[in-house]
Amino acid sequence: MTTIDTVELAEKNPDEEQPYAELGLQADEYERIKEILGRRPTQSELAMYSIMWSEHCSYKSSKVHLRQFGEKAPKSDRMLAGIGENAGVVRVSDTLAVTFKVESHNHPSFVEPYQGAATGVGGIVRDILAMGARPIAVMDQLRFGAVDHPDTTRVVNGVVQGVGGYGNCLGLPNIGGETVFDPCYQGNPLVNALSVGVLPVDRLQNKAAAGVGNVVILMGAKTGRDGIGGVSVLASATFEEGSEDSRPAVQVGDPFTEKLLIESCLELYDAGLVVGIQDLGGAGLTCALSETSSAAGLGMRAYLERVPLREPSMLPHEILASESQERMLLIVSPENVEAVLAVCEKWGVLGTAIGEVTEGERLVISWNEHVVVDCPPGSLADDGPVYARPLREPADLILLQADRAETLPRPSDLRATLLTLVASPNLCDKGWITEQYDRYVLGNTVLAQPEDAGLVRLDEESNLGIAIATDGNGRYTRLNPYEGARASLAEAYRNVAVTGAEPIAVSDCLNFGSPEDPAVMWQFAEAVRGLADGCQELGIPVTGGNVSFYNQTGTVAINPTPVVAVLGIHEDVTTRTPMGFAEAGHTIALLGETREELSGSEWAWVEHGHLGGQPPKIDLGHEKKLADVLRAADLVSAHDLSDGGLAQALTESVLRRGIGATVTLTGDAFVALFSESAGRVLVTVKDVDALRAAAGDIPVTVLGTTGGDKLTVEGQFEIPLTELAEAHQGTLGKLYG
Amino acid sequence: MKIGVVTFPGSLDDGDARRAARLAGAEAVQLWHADSSLHDVDAVVLPGGFSYGDYLRCGAIARFSPVMESVIDAARGGLPVLGICNGFQVLCEAHLLPGALLRNAHMHFRNRDWKLKVESTSTAWTSGYTESQEIVIPVKNGEGRYTADEKTLDMLEAEGRVVFRYLDGNPNGSQREIAGIRNEAGNVVGLMPHPEHAVEALTGPFGGGTDGLAMFTSVLSNLGAKA
Repeated sequence: MTTIDTVELAEKNPDEEQPYAELGLQADEYERIKEILGRRPTQSELAMYSIMWSEHCSYKSSKVHLRQFGEKAPKSDRMLAGIGENAGVVRVSDTLAVTFKVESHNHPSFVEPYQGAATGVGGIVRDILAMGARPIAVMDQLRFGAVDHPDTTRVVNGVVQGVGGYGNCLGLPNIGGETVFDPCYQGNPLVNALSVGVLPVDRLQNKAAAGVGNVVILMGAKTGRDGIGGVSVLASATFEEGSEDSRPAVQVGDPFTEKLLIESCLELYDAGLVVGIQDLGGAGLTCALSETSSAAGLGMRAYLERVPLREPSMLPHEILASESQERMLLIVSPENVEAVLAVCEKWGVLGTAIGEVTEGERLVISWNEHVVVDCPPGSLADDGPVYARPLREPADLILLQADRAETLPRPSDLRATLLTLVASPNLCDKGWITEQYDRYVLGNTVLAQPEDAGLVRLDEESNLGIAIATDGNGRYTRLNPYEGARASLAEAYRNVAVTGAEPIAVSDCLNFGSPEDPAVMWQFAEAVRGLADGCQELGIPVTGGNVSFYNQTGTVAINPTPVVAVLGIHEDVTTRTPMGFAEAGHTIALLGETREELSGSEWAWVEHGHLGGQPPKIDLGHEKKLADVLRAADLVSAHDLSDGGLAQALTESVLRRGIGATVTLTGDAFVALFSESAGRVLVTVKDVDALRAAAGDIPVTVLGTTGGDKLTVEGQFEIPLTELAEAHQGTLGKLYG
Repeated sequence: MKIGVVTFPGSLDDGDARRAARLAGAEAVQLWHADSSLHDVDAVVLPGGFSYGDYLRCGAIARFSPVMESVIDAARGGLPVLGICNGFQVLCEAHLLPGALLRNAHMHFRNRDWKLKVESTSTAWTSGYTESQEIVIPVKNGEGRYTADEKTLDMLEAEGRVVFRYLDGNPNGSQREIAGIRNEAGNVVGLMPHPEHAVEALTGPFGGGTDGLAMFTSVLSNLGAKA
C-alpha cells in the first residue's frame, strides 16, 4: 500500500527529499513554503503550492505590470465587480448587470485540439456562471500556424469542432471572434474564449466562504485523473520535444453536465440558497478551497474521502490537483443543505458536502482521517511569489522598425491585388468556421459574425442590448507593443461603436512568450502600459482578464498578441447599424483620414511576406469622437476599416447582401485601397448633408453610390460580385473542408 | 390555446420554442421531462438541443422519458406534435415518424439559413402555408441527414408525407432532400430546420425573415377551428 504523506509524517521526517523542481518550483520558492509552514510541506501541500504559485495561477511575472489596470482605471459607477473576481461585472441598467471575460486555453489546444478548445469554452462559461449570471453568448479568438503547414489542419479542425461541440451543446450562441493564421503560431496556437452573461443586479455572487459553520458543497462532475498538472505543466512552461507526453494533463469536457450545472446553479441563486461560489477550473479543488477561504479571511476543513471520484484509486494530492471539468464549489448555510441537494437531484447533478467553514485562517484537509494539508489559505491564494523580471527591448527591434513597408514595390494591377488579398487566409470569409457554431440559440442574437461586433438583446420589452467585439494584432504588437496594444483596443472599441452601442468596459487576454526572456517581458510590459493608458484615455475600465505566457517553442516566441474585448451598451437594438450595404442608391462615405500606412499591413504580409516599420498611428481622442458620431448619425450601414483597409471593407460590405457599389478614389488609389490607417469607418447614408452635420470635425469623404452587381472603382477596375464572392468565400473550405 | 414545450435535460431551444408559441398568440407551457402530465395543453413541441446529452444516439434516451410516454399516447389520439431538430430525432426514435437522422454527410455541424419548399399543407402545423411556398429557415445540426429505406421513402412520397424539402442544395446529405415529414394523420410533424428561430425580423434569418411563425399560427388556427 502507498504511504500517505501526512502533516504528522512531514514533522517526523523534516529532511525527506521532495520533487519541488519537477513540479515547477524554484529552490527559493520551496524554502519559502517551508518557512510558511514551519516544516517541510506534505506531498499534497507541495502539489498545492506548486500549482497555486505557478505562473498561470499566481501571475507572479505579470502582477507588477497588471497593477496599472487598477491604478489607471477611470472611475466608473457601473463597475460592480472587477479584477480579482472570477469575471468583471458592470451595471447596464437599474436592474441588470453584465459580466464578461476572455481567457486562454492555448497549450492544451495544441496538445489535444478538440478537448483543449472545448474545455476552454467550458471554463470561461463557468467563470461567468460563478458571478451569478446566466451565460448568454460565447466568442472565440483563434490563432493558427501557416495555413498550408501539415499540422495546421489537425489543429484547425480539432479546435473549431471543439469550440463548436462544447458551445453548441451548452446552447450558447457564438456571436463572433477572430481567426488569424501566421507561422509564428505554428507550435503554439492561441485559443482564447470569451463568454458573457447577464444577471439581475441583486443576484451578484461572490467567492468568499463566509460564515463559520457553513457547509462546503462540491457540485457537478466526478473528479478524475484528467488535467492533473494542467496549469503547472502545460500553461507555465515552454513546449519542448515530445509534448504528446503532456496529453493526460489536458482536461476532457462534457458539455451536457455543464448545461445541467448552469441550470441548477441558476435555480439555486434564484432561491437565495448560495452564500459563496467558485468554479473549479485550472488548479481544481486546490484553487477553489484556498481562494474561497482566503477571500473570507476564514478557515476551512475539507474531507477528501467524500469527493466523488471517477477512479477510486486516486490519492489525496491527485484529488486536490485534478482539473476535471464541470465542477463548482458552493458555500451553503447548514439549514439550506437539503434544499440545495434537492435542486441538484432535480437536474441530475451530483452534490456532495465535503467540508465546512471554520474559525481561524487555516485550511485543513484530511483523507480517511489522515491530515494531509494544514496551511494558511492566503499563503496559497494571495501570497505567492512576485517577480519584477528583467526587461530588455528586443535587439532586432530598431532594425525591424526601420524596415518600412511603405518602401516596398507596389502593384500595377490593383484588381488582381484586391482579389489576392480578399482570398488570403486572414482576410477571407470565415464562414467555414462560423457555420460550425450555433448563432441562433436563445433567440436574442441581433448581430453575429461576420458583423463587426456581436449584438445580443437582453430585454424583449425595452430592447436593451449589449455589443461585444474582440481584436488583437500580433504583427502590430511585434512592431511596437505599446502602440499595437492600443491599436487592438481602438479597433475593438470602434467595432462596438459601429453598431450604435456605447463602449463601457474592457477585458483582455494577453498572449506572450516566456516571461523569463527579457525581450518578451519588455513586450509584455509595453503592451500592458499601452492598454492601461488607452483605457484611461477612452474612459473605460479593464474589468478582468487573463495572462498566457510561455507561448513559445524553444527560444522562439509568438508575436506578442494581446486580445482586447470591448463591451458596449446598446439602448435599443432595433436601431442597430449593420455592416452591409442595404440597397441601391445610398451614398457611400468614409469617416476618418487615410494616411500612407502600410507597415504591418496584410498587403505587406501577403504580397511580400514582409513585417517591418511602425504600425498605424492611433489617436484615441479621435476614436472617441468617431464613436459619438456613429451613435448620433443616421446611418444605413457602418463597417470598420482595419486589416486589409478600404478594399477589404468594400468587399465585405458589398457581399453581405449582394449590393454592388461604384466608388471614386482621390489621391494614390493603391494607398486609398490598402492602407490600414486607424480611426476609419465606411458608412452608407441616405442624406450626406445630414452626415456632414453630424460628423463635426471628423473628416467625411464621399466615395460613391451603392447599387448594381459589381464593385467598381472608377478609372481602375470593376469586379462582378460573383467573382468577388468566389475569391473571398472559397479559401478555408478548400483547405480544410 | 396552450402549446406545451418539453424541457429534457439538455434541451436548448425550449425557450425559443416557447417564445415562438407566445408570438403566435398561444400560452406557452413548459413541460418537464420527468412529469408525465401534459397539463391540458392543446399541442406539444419537442424542441432542439441535445436531450440527455444525446448519449447512445440522438433522441434515444429522451424517447423513454415519462413525458414522452404521454406524448406518444396523445399523438396517437390526434394531439398536434411538432418535433424540431432533436425533437424530430426523438419522434423517429419513438416511431411516431419513420426513418432516422444520421451524422451529416460532410461530418460537420452546420448552421446556415436555408431555403425550403413546403410540400404538404395538410398538416396541423403547415396549413398556414401555401402549397410549394418557398420559405427560409435556419438549419443547425450535426446529425440531420434524413435516412430511410427506399420502400419507406417511396411510401412517404406517394402519400404526400414529405412536408419540407431543401432547395438549392442539401445541407447534410438527407435522402431526397427531405427536411421534414409528417405522420399519416398529419398531426405529427418533424423537421430538422428551426422554425422557432425565424419568428422575429430582428433575430431571424439574415435579412429579417419570419417564415417560421406560420408553423405556430397554423396549429392555433386549426385548434381554433376545431374548438
